[in-house]
Amino acid sequence: MDFSFTEEQSMLRDTVASYLADHYDFDKRRAVVTKEPGWRPEVWKAFAEELGILGAPFSEDLGGLGGGPIENMIVMEEFGKALVVEPYLGTVVIGGGFLKHSGHAGAADLIGGIIGGQNILAFAYAEPKGRYNLAALETTAKKDGAGWVLNGHKAVVIGAPFATHLIVTARTSGGPRDAGGISVFLVEKGAKGVSTRDYPTVDGNRASEVYLENVSVGADALIGPADGGLPLIEKVVDEAIAATCAEACGVLRKLHEGTLEYTKQRKQFGVPISSFQVLQHRMVDMFINLEQSISMTYMANIKVTDDAERAKAVSAAKVQIGKACKFVGQNAIQLHGGMGMTDEMAIGHYFKRATMIEGAFGSVDHHLARYEGLSLGQAA
Amino acid sequence: MNLDFTPEENAFRDEVRTFIKDNYPAELRKAQDEGRALTKEEYLLWHKVLAKKGWVAPSWPKELGGTDWTPTQKYIWSEETARADCLGLMPFGLSMLAPVLYTFGTDEQKKRFLPGIYNGEVWWCQGYSEPGAGSDLASLKTRAERVKGDDGKEYYIVNGQKTWTTLGQHADWGFFLVRTDPDAKPQAGISFLLIDMKTPGITVRPIITLEGGHEVNDVFLDNVKVPVENRIFHENQGWTCAKALLAHERSGIAGVARSKRNLEKVREIAGTERSDTGSALLADAFFRRKVAELEIDLSALEFTELRTLAGESSGKGPGPESSILKIKGTEIQQRLQELALEAVSHYGAPFLRDLRGSNVSVGPDYADGLAGEMFNGRKTSIYGGSNEIQRNIIAKAVLGL
Repeated sequence: MDFSFTEEQSMLRDTVASYLADHYDFDKRRAVVTKEPGWRPEVWKAFAEELGILGAPFSEDLGGLGGGPIENMIVMEEFGKALVVEPYLGTVVIGGGFLKHSGHAGAADLIGGIIGGQNILAFAYAEPKGRYNLAALETTAKKDGAGWVLNGHKAVVIGAPFATHLIVTARTSGGPRDAGGISVFLVEKGAKGVSTRDYPTVDGNRASEVYLENVSVGADALIGPADGGLPLIEKVVDEAIAATCAEACGVLRKLHEGTLEYTKQRKQFGVPISSFQVLQHRMVDMFINLEQSISMTYMANIKVTDDAERAKAVSAAKVQIGKACKFVGQNAIQLHGGMGMTDEMAIGHYFKRATMIEGAFGSVDHHLARYEGLSLGQAA
Repeated sequence: MNLDFTPEENAFRDEVRTFIKDNYPAELRKAQDEGRALTKEEYLLWHKVLAKKGWVAPSWPKELGGTDWTPTQKYIWSEETARADCLGLMPFGLSMLAPVLYTFGTDEQKKRFLPGIYNGEVWWCQGYSEPGAGSDLASLKTRAERVKGDDGKEYYIVNGQKTWTTLGQHADWGFFLVRTDPDAKPQAGISFLLIDMKTPGITVRPIITLEGGHEVNDVFLDNVKVPVENRIFHENQGWTCAKALLAHERSGIAGVARSKRNLEKVREIAGTERSDTGSALLADAFFRRKVAELEIDLSALEFTELRTLAGESSGKGPGPESSILKIKGTEIQQRLQELALEAVSHYGAPFLRDLRGSNVSVGPDYADGLAGEMFNGRKTSIYGGSNEIQRNIIAKAVLGL
């Protein structure tokens, strides 16, 4: 049993933290996310060239740093602390995950482009009526000669405005919500028939509605097995959730620290409000939520590589994180009083991100139901 | 004890419903449906219709324009206006300042200020909180010094800063708490002043809130000259007025009728949204339980409010128990906002505020703005005396702890 980080992992954390401290303070971020294009390609370039972190979870054969989920966890936690909007999750964790696990013939080249910063991927999985069910797909891909033709509407694709490629999940056979008959495709965003409507999101990210209209792709666009893509999707989404939990830990840490700091300097009735017992207990409960979240995030990121344990571990972590995001986020605002309601203070921006993470890749209810099924079996 | 409505009360309900249907301003309805920020004129459209009808200030004394409605009629009124999604009337003049005026003001002050409030000709704002005085309101520092002007009249010269002034950007006049005796105990040296917002030396600066809206403001006062006759009640006894006003602010805050309407909206949304299995979300065991729990909690709040109202009508006045209504009312409002946001899953994320009214459609219409409402709604457990302060009030004034 060992919860310590290797020297390389500690160095990775320090590198990311020190870059973000210099280039990603709150005011800089706020200025970027409120105007077009909503991100900084030069920061992405620095991630690739100066920091080399876009290769964190890839093997050295592929040009990466030889890490895995723990490296993603470290990067994402630091990103959470700075509310980074550049598309690491969609590109490295999700896009890289699909390529790495699928054994796709072009994976090495495409991953090379990810590590180098040229390929930026966004994950087009959600649909208007699918909620959190990864198999609820109305988007179709029909066989056309050697290739495929895609049609459908993908909802709220985070990072799509910056992307060069989309990972699209589609139904290739079977009925609505069937576990079989699902396939994954890599589609160039510039391909004929792909159109997007881009917009900002409430937490400072960018997203698109993606419309696919008779989009023709070659046989090599298929990622993983035809019709049998769901297990691959579930695996990669679980990795994405484990990474998002790590981001949440960074966000929660800032919410908690910011609240401690504020209540110590804010005076009412002649004393710092941190001296009131009712607020002390609230901050203790926030702290307990944070600690439990860190524990569950470690657990999920350790078990995510074990296919037998993965799903249960990740859903358990996401339940903990979802509850903590609500409790810590809402109380951070409450304890800041009116100041917490202002756009000029960072705390509200962490709260908004925490609120969105609560629902990302499935709400507390969704993951509780999934966990129940895995742990207790289906109810009678 | 009974919960039945009399035939007269049912007739009153029909009258109110018909009146709203026939008289609610169409342009206001359109603006509300588009979800954009309202102009000052739009805010006042419904107010003016009601003023003409004589229904704008039900709680005022009859001789000043009140309706003399029974608590049941007021209950029916709030139910029907919420049911029809009528815009809430701006409370600053009607329900915050007016009771102070008719309780503590001179006849001359009542004559001068109440008609403008009633008719919606004068927009009022509140100058209470300061950067250093929130929960501890009595520690306010804005200073008013009494001087004799060149014209031989007496004035207060006011200096300081007020904050969280809701919709102060539209205000013609403001009611302010200022310190007139810096040497007295905090509560003892405060006076209640009415200030014309056009007076030289007043600057109103927007505060943008986390959802991106402009609702609240800082108000800076720099040597603002206020005639002494604009003071309500005695010098240094403004805290008495302030306390009376805060009690009123609390009792209206339960928002039962509005929450009932919002609960209905959540049910409508969840009836349309799909669950993971493809059924209506409202059929999902987890989700429907949360809706049911909220309905029960809302019912508990409603009957607590009705008991409070019945107590008021028998002359007991809104006691410290009204803090229960503030705490539970705001918690329920916030839970409803969270549940609505949860219902729409992915479509809670798009931020389309700047694109409203431009035929942009991303996701279902009902999802638009739900996250912003949820973010903005965090204020309700902070303002009007935070919920922590309300619990202190109950602990001290009700439980005697």
